[in-house]
Amino acid sequence: MIPEIGHFALILALCVAVVQGILPIYGAAVGNSALMAVAKPAARGQFLLVLTAFGCLAYAFAEKDFSVLYVAATSNSQLPLHYRLAAIWGAHEGSLLLWTLILTIWMFAVTLFSAHLPESTRSRILGVMGLVSIGFLLFMLTVSNPFERLIPAAAEGRDLNPLLQDPGMVIHPPMLYMGYVGFSVAFAFAIAALLGGNLDAAWARWSRPWTTVAWCFLTVGIAMGSGWAYYELGWGGWWFWDPVENASFMPWLAGTALVHSLAVTDKRGGFKVWTVLLAIMAFSLSLLGTFLVRSGVLTSVHAFATDPKRGMFILAFLAIVIGGSLALYAWRAPRVGLGGSFAAMSREGMLLANNVLLVAAMGSVLLGTLYPLFLDALDLGKISVGPPYFDSVFVPLMAPAVFLMGVGPLAQWKKASLPDLAKRLKWAFGVSVITAIVLPLVMGTWTPLLSLGLLLAIWIATTSVVTLRERLTHVAGNSLGERLASVPRSYWGMLVAHCGIAVFIVGVTMVKGFETEKDVRMNVGETATIGDYLFRFDGAQDVVGPNYTAARGSFSVSRDGRETTVLYPEKRRYTAQNQVMTEAAIDPGLLRDLYVSLGEPLDDGAWSVRLYHKPFVDWIWGGCFIMALGGVLAISDRRYRIAWRRQEPAVPAATRAARRKVA
Amino acid sequence: MNRFLLPLSIFIVVVVFLGIGLKLNPREIPSPLVGKAAPDFSQPQLFEPAKVFSPADMKGKVWLLNFWASWCSGCKTEHPVLMDLAKSGEVPIYGMDYKDQRDEAMTWLSRWGNPYPIVGVDDAGRVGINYGVYGVPETYVIDKQGVIQYKQIGPLDPETVEKKIIPLVKQLEAQ
Repeated sequence: MIPEIGHFALILALCVAVVQGILPIYGAAVGNSALMAVAKPAARGQFLLVLTAFGCLAYAFAEKDFSVLYVAATSNSQLPLHYRLAAIWGAHEGSLLLWTLILTIWMFAVTLFSAHLPESTRSRILGVMGLVSIGFLLFMLTVSNPFERLIPAAAEGRDLNPLLQDPGMVIHPPMLYMGYVGFSVAFAFAIAALLGGNLDAAWARWSRPWTTVAWCFLTVGIAMGSGWAYYELGWGGWWFWDPVENASFMPWLAGTALVHSLAVTDKRGGFKVWTVLLAIMAFSLSLLGTFLVRSGVLTSVHAFATDPKRGMFILAFLAIVIGGSLALYAWRAPRVGLGGSFAAMSREGMLLANNVLLVAAMGSVLLGTLYPLFLDALDLGKISVGPPYFDSVFVPLMAPAVFLMGVGPLAQWKKASLPDLAKRLKWAFGVSVITAIVLPLVMGTWTPLLSLGLLLAIWIATTSVVTLRERLTHVAGNSLGERLASVPRSYWGMLVAHCGIAVFIVGVTMVKGFETEKDVRMNVGETATIGDYLFRFDGAQDVVGPNYTAARGSFSVSRDGRETTVLYPEKRRYTAQNQVMTEAAIDPGLLRDLYVSLGEPLDDGAWSVRLYHKPFVDWIWGGCFIMALGGVLAISDRRYRIAWRRQEPAVPAATRAARRKVA
Repeated sequence: MNRFLLPLSIFIVVVVFLGIGLKLNPREIPSPLVGKAAPDFSQPQLFEPAKVFSPADMKGKVWLLNFWASWCSGCKTEHPVLMDLAKSGEVPIYGMDYKDQRDEAMTWLSRWGNPYPIVGVDDAGRVGINYGVYGVPETYVIDKQGVIQYKQIGPLDPETVEKKIIPLVKQLEAQ
């Protein structure tokens, strides 16, 4: 019964979405405010319906209802409750439901925080989101219904893929989807603006916080995915340029470009056409990512079970949504005008260059991801494109972008002077170059890439200091504390996010430059040394988990005779699918990770063991979280709080309190 | 050309390729061994370890060599298809028990049914290396001269058996 309620709620949601997608947009076009007023209640109603459906599916998982095909396929009675709930998005149908739920959450958020928007703009935004939602609801109801029954019911479920039975997996997909789908808001703003023909600075100001929030979620989501790959796949790597990773990285690159381009449109009224295109691009790439993951056109470690009908549906949907928006863009954008002019050497110029580099990087990732498909389609053979391509294309594009990142915030709008900039930055430049050359020598290895990485990281850090110092001389206040406090939060946000990049670069550079790895055969009591650490293998024991059995190795790690930690890597065999999983054991640290994973059992209790010493690896994810923190700081800026407070008298106190919490 | 149409044009090209891509199978990996003589081996048999199993015994017959293991879930999926094919008598399927425990393998076969007249044991995975096995299950179609004519990576499904394996076997037997 409960699953049928869920199914029915989805059908109702589709009906509401159709109404929401048609009436408000039509109403805005003909100026009928009664039709436009439909948007808000429709969006809220749709949110409640999809939430109901999601709740029903969650209930089916919690109650182990194996008469629901999806539940039987992705969970098992032995699976603990939290993983049973995470199993909702453990496969295709349920993750679509999560996608749709998150889309409606964003819609709901738009209805809450859009009181300051003109009625027609808000109706168009919600209408466009409704149209997107129609596609996803139809997709679920036609070819991927999560509530499909299995009659007779299975006695036991097939269990969740053991790779996904991990705390990171509980939280990673919702975060990633919040980011992916969050770009739908910026997309809807852009389409609404194209439809209405009013691409002004106000439009950019409204889009900015939404885009930044989505970007923060995406940043965190990608970082968590990468962390998951690091400790769950047992290969010790953190990024593999796998098609599915690329699918999440491309919207991030476009989104990063969008965040910067919106800043220019907001402050200077420039880049309008470009900003609109980026908004369309960021969301289109999110949809493309969904297609790549779901259709099976590319092989990947993450790929879900594939079905050509589904692939065809998403492709058609993709063609309509993206093709339609780009056609609208081609039709309406020429009338928008270009905004203020600026010199090449100016903050606008540098942001534009940065944008072009980011988009070029995105394009090269896209090309590398789709290249095997292109060749195969043209019958030119099977190839796979791997890290060598991506590394050699990506670094040369990103290095100048990072360099500009240091200069940009110091340049004046409209026209900057190069000699002046050079004068202001000479100390930062000198310090960076010298440190970058000397530091690797001190550490014992000098390679050009190591030096380049450190140069870029230190460059960001030193230019941030210079930027902040200059900024402090311009703000009011007597004491340093007062002046620090009067620097706007959005400015802090920018500095923090940029420093996040620096931290990230340090992580990548140090891991690439100094990591050591060893594959050894270890008998019980035998030792191996890696980095400065001595690992002693104390044997492996059999342990029994809730839905697996495992061999758990025990390794005492010591440094200079003092015990550091004991690590327990496992080799698990999940009983339902009879699948073997390697659970690496990691001792994380600010300056290094120690990583042990069990290979194969050998005779006499010996094991083949893989040991890694990874300096600064946690800085990679730390950097991402710092970037996201920068984004959070930026949206907590006073001007957004003012925008919301201005309309407060009109709303009841309870909503106000809730709003403050969200803000 | 109008520069505002450029994004749309690029997108259309991508969509066309994605459409073609849907019809292709990225997992289909051409094997360099297809068209070459099947690597020789001589392995103990699963049920009678004293006897050996070798491709040389199969000269003059068209046969399938199926790599499987009791620990492999794909093999369980594939198993009913093999049983049906064995029952139909179209072509003999010989098994190669890949990196497995002998007792577990025998339990597995007695529990689910044994489609193989003979099962060889490749506990060290040496034969697998010579045949370029990516992962179990994998199935090779070998002709009367002992040449590999087809390689299936992953489980066989009824459609592949119907449309590829059986026509190929018939054609090879007619030669």
